[in-house]
Amino acid sequence: MPGPIQSIQRAAEVLKLLAHGGAHQLSVGEISRALDLAKPTVHGILRTLQEVGFVEQEVEGGKYRLGAALFQIGTSYLDGNELRAKALNWSDTLAMRAREAVRIGVMHGKHVLVVHHVFRPDNSRQALDTGALLPWHATALGKVLVAFGEWPDGELQRFTRHTLGADELSGQLDFVRDRDWAYDLHELVEGEASIAAPIRDKRGVVVGAVGISGPVERLCESPDQPPRLELVSYVREAARSVSRELGGLSW
Amino acid sequence: MSYIAAIDQGTTSSRCIVFDQSGGIVSVAQREHRQIFPKPGLVEHDATEIWTNVRAVVRDALAKASLTHADIAAFGITNQRETTVVWDRQTGEPVHNAIVWQDTRTDAVIKQLGDPDRFRERSGLPLATYFSGPKLRWLLDNVEGLRARAERGEVLFGTMDTWLIWNLTGRHVTDVTNASRTMLMNLETLDWDPELVSAMDVPLAMLPEIRSSSEVYGTYEGVPVASALGDQQAALFGQTCFAPGEGKCTYGTGAFLLLNTGDRPVRSQNGLLTTVGYQIGDEPAAYALEGAVAVTGALVQWFRDKVGLISSAAEIETLARTVDDNGGAYFVPAFSGLFAPHWRSDARGVIAGLTGYISRGHLARAVLEASAWQTKEVVDAMNADSGVDLTTLRVDGGMTANNLLMQFLSDVLDVPVVRPIVAETTCLGAAYAAGLAVGYWPSIEALKANWHKAAEWEPSMEPAARDKGYRKWKKAVERTVGWMDEDDD
Ligand SMILES: Nc1ncnc2c1ncn2[C@@H]1O[C@H](COP(=O)(O)OP(=O)(O)OP(=O)(O)O)[C@@H](O)[C@H]1O
Ligand SMILES: [Mg+2]
Repeated sequence: MPGPIQSIQRAAEVLKLLAHGGAHQLSVGEISRALDLAKPTVHGILRTLQEVGFVEQEVEGGKYRLGAALFQIGTSYLDGNELRAKALNWSDTLAMRAREAVRIGVMHGKHVLVVHHVFRPDNSRQALDTGALLPWHATALGKVLVAFGEWPDGELQRFTRHTLGADELSGQLDFVRDRDWAYDLHELVEGEASIAAPIRDKRGVVVGAVGISGPVERLCESPDQPPRLELVSYVREAARSVSRELGGLSW
Repeated sequence: MSYIAAIDQGTTSSRCIVFDQSGGIVSVAQREHRQIFPKPGLVEHDATEIWTNVRAVVRDALAKASLTHADIAAFGITNQRETTVVWDRQTGEPVHNAIVWQDTRTDAVIKQLGDPDRFRERSGLPLATYFSGPKLRWLLDNVEGLRARAERGEVLFGTMDTWLIWNLTGRHVTDVTNASRTMLMNLETLDWDPELVSAMDVPLAMLPEIRSSSEVYGTYEGVPVASALGDQQAALFGQTCFAPGEGKCTYGTGAFLLLNTGDRPVRSQNGLLTTVGYQIGDEPAAYALEGAVAVTGALVQWFRDKVGLISSAAEIETLARTVDDNGGAYFVPAFSGLFAPHWRSDARGVIAGLTGYISRGHLARAVLEASAWQTKEVVDAMNADSGVDLTTLRVDGGMTANNLLMQFLSDVLDVPVVRPIVAETTCLGAAYAAGLAVGYWPSIEALKANWHKAAEWEPSMEPAARDKGYRKWKKAVERTVGWMDEDDD
């Protein structure tokens, strides 16, 4: 068997370093100092990693951060069934607090796959829709997943007159990244709204989203206002609790 | 705002869950303890390790929610049942590892005692290795000098509730539900039965005082310790099955179907156990019929740890979904013999129907399906004993996270399967009982209002497929019995 390949070892060191930095991006110089490698070597490694999408630059010639393709690979390691098992207690508690139905979603191709569903706690007749696919662009779950993942190609179907188009959406995703939660208002079904927040694993990678959905009159103060902040805080708290369960946040 | 902290000392782990007044979970902490397998069929725990873990999970659960003992209105306790420990009254040191409920070492003691139904009338239980009395007897016979020390009152016996309450509060007590699993308690008097105690030949001096399930036993760090319930009874309580005819099945290490039969013990004609469901303070006890299945989640855990085809319990669903059916394979996990409704300690596990066609996916299916078929057996027994057919199955426990299993369960039982909004009903039940004792919740009616349906699975299997599957399952069960011989140990 051949021995370890030095350039792969070095590439791995670079990726680890960037992962530790989190949101903090690193320049070629900083990396070369930290790893005690010549600048041209580091540069070569970064260029190759950039080609396969494992690292990215904000602007040409700027600092480096981990790339989306790397996260896609990592994400596939978290099994949806595992996520459901880990999230069980917290999704139940969210449903109780918010008095609304809870869903947990992950990206599955161009759609949001519902991996867990908790009924609205009013003992009414409801059907389990675990396994269902939802359009990403018209749901809070989908906006969270895409804001922290990759924009899937494909047409954005209009479900209501409130469904957003690509331009508006991309503006909203900035807002989602900023605030760390998302909502939809009449965008999938007229009169319905949803709120969601990201679930992160121990690398800080968004591996799913948890959220509630229900009639606009219960979720919002008025039909054209964003959701009530109390509900948003329950959703975010649940997302943090599940993330902790996955080792994504310390207590 | 104050909270209730429930301590669940389980077979595989100890956890502490802090609940608020709506029954919502505020924080969770959990630690696993070692499973000690000295020989095939033997299972032990280190009671000292468990006590250390319990203190740690209480500390962690409070810390995670930034709470102190002053925020806690009461502690509730629930525990793995039947697991037996004996310790020195002076030093608090256990004299031997705890003998776990799954342990089959008392096989010989059981055979010696003769007719399996000998104690059924008084204790509600068939003679089986499962219960604490025979385990205590084994310790007295096998730990040197123990009998003499017991007679002098130097050592104490307890199930895990007793062990924890003694360490937490200094009192030597047990609750009626745990006592009903010793085979030493009389179901009518709810006290130690002189005849049972003398037949089992254990000194009365070492037995704890039997109390209700919901009262203040003492305090720990100034907080009342205010409930004790065996884990399955706690789940019954947590599911708010307070009326006769209400029941639930909990899926953890094993699966346990309990049906509330009201203020009267009902003797089973079909291999079920008669047990105490709960007793709140001075009120009359509620009794239950129980179908106990030893191995359900434990089989998934075995598949993960010993076979290694999956790296987490939840992944079994992913693996099982790679195929459409079991390919003809049936897995009967008679690891500790067969419990309800068969009660065959001479049985051992089999995988039946193996062919070259069977893949790992089929095995994963067979593992999950085993939980459902075993439930069907105890549901059939329950229907026969009670004369009315089950119309819905209320479920809880860790395995209810498995959608494939829950759907299959509904399919083979041909009734809807319903999960309540808190799957951790064991802890919730202990919290409820403790909260009632200290007035945190006013009444059991108030608790009922907290119960909500979180998920429901509807049956969708063709009757012919169900009948065929059940027929094959029964044939596989037949192949497990009589495996153990005299010279096996
Ligand atoms: N998604 C799943 N699919 C199948 N089995 C599962 C799943 N999640 C957990 N389990 C099984 O359920 C069991 C854990 O459930 P739970 O936490 O309710 O049990 P427990 O309370 O720890 O058991 P005990 O009290 O006996 O220690 C384990 O045996 C595990 O193998
Ligand atoms: Mg348990």
